Amino acid sequence: MKSLTKSFNSLLLAATVVMPVMALAETAEEKGLAISKEAKVRDLGWADMQADMRMVLRNKQGQESLREIRMKSLEVADDGDKSLTVFDKPRDVKGTAFLSFSHPVGADDQWLYLPALKRVKRIASRNKSGPFMGSEFAYEDLTSFEIEKYSYKYLRDEACEGGTCFVVEQYPVDKHSGYTRRVVWIDQNEYRIWKVDFFDRKNSPLKTLTFEGYNQYLSKYWRADLQKMVNHQNGKSTDLVWSDYRFQTGLSDSDFNKNTLKRAR
Amino acid sequence: MDFMLTIRHKTGLAMKNRLFRAVTDYPVWVVTLTLLLVFAAAAGAPNLVFKSDYRVFFSEENPQLTAFEAMQRVYNKSDNVSFVIAPEDGNVFTPEHLAAVQKLTTEAWQIPYSTRVDSITNFQHTWAEEDDMIVEDLVLEPETLTDEDMPRIRQVATSEPLLVGKLVSPEGHVNVVNVTVQLPGVNPVTEVPEVTAKVREIKAQFEAANPDSKVYLSGVVMMNNSFAESSLTDNATLVPLMFGVVLLGMIIMLRTFSGTFATVLIIIFSIVSTMGIVGWAGFFLTGPSASAPTMILTLAVADCVHILTTMFYEMRQGVEKRKAIIDSLKINFQPILLTSVTTAIGFLSMNFSDSPPFRDLGNMVAIGVMLAFVFSVTVFPALLMILPVKIKPRPEGKRDLMHKLSDFVIANRRKLLPGMSVVMLTLVAFLPQNKLNDDFVKYFDTSVPFRQATDFMQDNLSGMTNVEISIDSGESSGINSPQFLKVMGDFSSWLRAQPETDHLNTLSDTIKRLNKNMHADDESYYKLPEDRELSAQYLLLYEMSLPYGLDLNDQLNVDKSSTRMIVTLRNMTSKEMVAVENRIYQWFEANAPQLTVHVASPNLMFAHIGQRNIQSMLIGTTVALILISVLLGIALRSVRYGFISLLPNLAPAAMGFGLWYMIDGYVGLALSIVAGMTLGIVVDDTVHFLSKYLYARNKRGASSEEAVSYAFASVGRALWITTLVLVAGFMVLAQSSFKVNADMGLLTAITILIALVVDFLFLPPLLMKLDNHVSAKKGDRNEVVN
Repeated sequence: MKSLTKSFNSLLLAATVVMPVMALAETAEEKGLAISKEAKVRDLGWADMQADMRMVLRNKQGQESLREIRMKSLEVADDGDKSLTVFDKPRDVKGTAFLSFSHPVGADDQWLYLPALKRVKRIASRNKSGPFMGSEFAYEDLTSFEIEKYSYKYLRDEACEGGTCFVVEQYPVDKHSGYTRRVVWIDQNEYRIWKVDFFDRKNSPLKTLTFEGYNQYLSKYWRADLQKMVNHQNGKSTDLVWSDYRFQTGLSDSDFNKNTLKRAR
Repeated sequence: MDFMLTIRHKTGLAMKNRLFRAVTDYPVWVVTLTLLLVFAAAAGAPNLVFKSDYRVFFSEENPQLTAFEAMQRVYNKSDNVSFVIAPEDGNVFTPEHLAAVQKLTTEAWQIPYSTRVDSITNFQHTWAEEDDMIVEDLVLEPETLTDEDMPRIRQVATSEPLLVGKLVSPEGHVNVVNVTVQLPGVNPVTEVPEVTAKVREIKAQFEAANPDSKVYLSGVVMMNNSFAESSLTDNATLVPLMFGVVLLGMIIMLRTFSGTFATVLIIIFSIVSTMGIVGWAGFFLTGPSASAPTMILTLAVADCVHILTTMFYEMRQGVEKRKAIIDSLKINFQPILLTSVTTAIGFLSMNFSDSPPFRDLGNMVAIGVMLAFVFSVTVFPALLMILPVKIKPRPEGKRDLMHKLSDFVIANRRKLLPGMSVVMLTLVAFLPQNKLNDDFVKYFDTSVPFRQATDFMQDNLSGMTNVEISIDSGESSGINSPQFLKVMGDFSSWLRAQPETDHLNTLSDTIKRLNKNMHADDESYYKLPEDRELSAQYLLLYEMSLPYGLDLNDQLNVDKSSTRMIVTLRNMTSKEMVAVENRIYQWFEANAPQLTVHVASPNLMFAHIGQRNIQSMLIGTTVALILISVLLGIALRSVRYGFISLLPNLAPAAMGFGLWYMIDGYVGLALSIVAGMTLGIVVDDTVHFLSKYLYARNKRGASSEEAVSYAFASVGRALWITTLVLVAGFMVLAQSSFKVNADMGLLTAITILIALVVDFLFLPPLLMKLDNHVSAKKGDRNEVVN
């Protein structure tokens, strides 16, 4: 018994000596993946979520324009999340509802209910890289984060808003993505994203997204109240202001199908 | 008063004499000092870089530029590169060609600062299958395409209003890949060449992989690049050519090697220090101002020729070299100072121009001319002292060409005066017939690849002439209102029906197509919806399915309160262009006065600049004329002859423009500055002729005829030689591939030549007529008194 404890102790000792060496042996790609996995794991289990979003668009002239939407999301294990978006503003799109089953790889399933036409239309498009409602956010910037969507590379540690951050580079797998890479700042305590730099198809700086006002919900899930996207090439910017986050409200698959889309308002 | 003037005059004279002695006593020091100064100035030349951007032609306060820039801030910028691709077999719609075009389209995203790439392959084709709406690249996976797919793709491409006439020809034999580039404007010197280098690399790759297709490069970026390249190749060929002309001309006419060598050095010093000084001063080069070296070269020769002619004349009379040099300086100092100042004033009048590159050109040449003067009276005599100059004494030919000309003029004065008057009036009568035109494509001659590409694109698809129209509804999301949509639709139809229209890019087409798609592709729904929500929701749907870079942000503002259309027009003159602009405004006034409409584009900027520049240059030329006339009055010490000189000074430019109507008939930005510019140069002839004439009349008591004869004999030859050099110089400039400079050179050469003809054939008979008339009157009065 004693020898067992002893050998266990020596094993522990060996482990503490070897571990950092192993950590050193880990490649930048592996470390990047590990960080991203940890971030994903920490955000698992929220089941469903609802929130209101206000979008403020600004052009180079400083003119502003407002959009308001409500979002419902359903966590789906081993696939992309399902989401239902209802548009409130501008007034002429009020009641328009957008249902999306996102997939880590390949085209998403998407339906749109147009109240003026009183019909649900399925949209077949591989494109996720276009601007969402004319904003500086691409649709792909707003979909749920899935490990399979990118390959990774850890770059460095760096001080950031959330303390010390991992700086990780992400390379989109989807060839229809508008980006060659994203550089993401994730804090080491809570694995929250603080900043993302987007690089366009010719690898030039395109946009920067920053996160502000993180709150923790259900003592686990961190959500930011404000996301600011600035486009460096055209001088336009978009703010996303989130409010009324609600988790585990009891939504289920049946709230996310084509037939419920019409009643989504 | 007189006493003071005399003293001042005498001290001035003493100083001048001290200067002349110094430069001839210490020639090595003068040359060394000059070299040091020239090198110090030249060190600034590397700062002088070429700004390749058509916007440099417009001042900050230019209203058309302001309007265009405001529009670009609301929508996206529209600087572009067009790959115009022509397959040899005349068919774009083959699987191989489409695959190649798709590859090029993808590659084009790698062009620096590119923000958007449009071609027939990545066109977002939308169609319906029952309640599905499919949004897809028109050519998605070209490797899977077969010949059977071609008719479908051709049908879609050649019936889609967004594509046909712009990205593909109606016959399907030429297509365009259009790349929108958003230059940050941080470093205007390197950005355009950076883009161009990548564009050419892609073109070369494409041509290597597809030897059966020809690729032409057009678009605003290629034009900007051509401004720089065209000017630089010009300077590489024209400046040496001009040096050759000067060398040859001087050796033949003056028969001196040392004199020619010294003159060439003066020219080099003048050009190098001018470019260096403006480099230090923070100028940048542009198409027009890049012609400054050629102009300085041409104008600097005259000073040296005058000094050499007198010096050689003295030496032939047996005067030793040093004294001959000092004598020549004494005789020529005042005339060449005066002519340099008047020339500089003429060029400085270009500061009134609305277009900054011409202000720069004027200032550069003015600096160069004054430097050439300074060098001519300092380092030039010093060099002549150092260099061996041998002149065989020989008697001057008495009965030379000038004497014959002078005899002819005096003998035929009664026919020449009315005859020349008729010629002059006739030419001037054609002046108003010239049409205003600034077509920036035609700024380049057909040897420039950009011009060839654009002409090819114009002949096969549509031109580069476009006008952007922004229509503002005044309310958020207002573009979706049925009233606004109706106006947009009606206006689009009207504009398409205009004879000038080649292509129209309008959102109303997209909305019509979406309406059709939303009704299971039923053709009867290819119309604008009459429901605001419907239109708004279509656009929302459509925007969500578009890929990166192919969004609607170049057609809609963030608020969706206004939309921008782009109409491509056939090639036309500035006047027609302005007429189209006015017609557009009139249409809105008559049909939709409640909407705010802005019309702007680079073409419109150029269409207006000729007019604006002519107005501003009229003021500039008048100011120059007044200043120069006052100077002449002082120099000739006579108000009467100051006024008489106005005629031969003003007539050549007016006649030149009259003649221009017969040569070309279109005047633009560049030619509007010629009047002011040539004024300072043509004045020189008049000054020399009149001063000699007056000298003979006043100092020698000669009759009008004798005075004319004296003037011909003493300055006829020098005027003839300098005019020849100037005409040759500006004719060299006329060979420029940059039409702005070429036209400027040609018209200036014509005007200078006309000025000499007027000074030889019109001014003497006029002087004889007026002066004989006066003396006859005096005679009458005397008789009465007696």
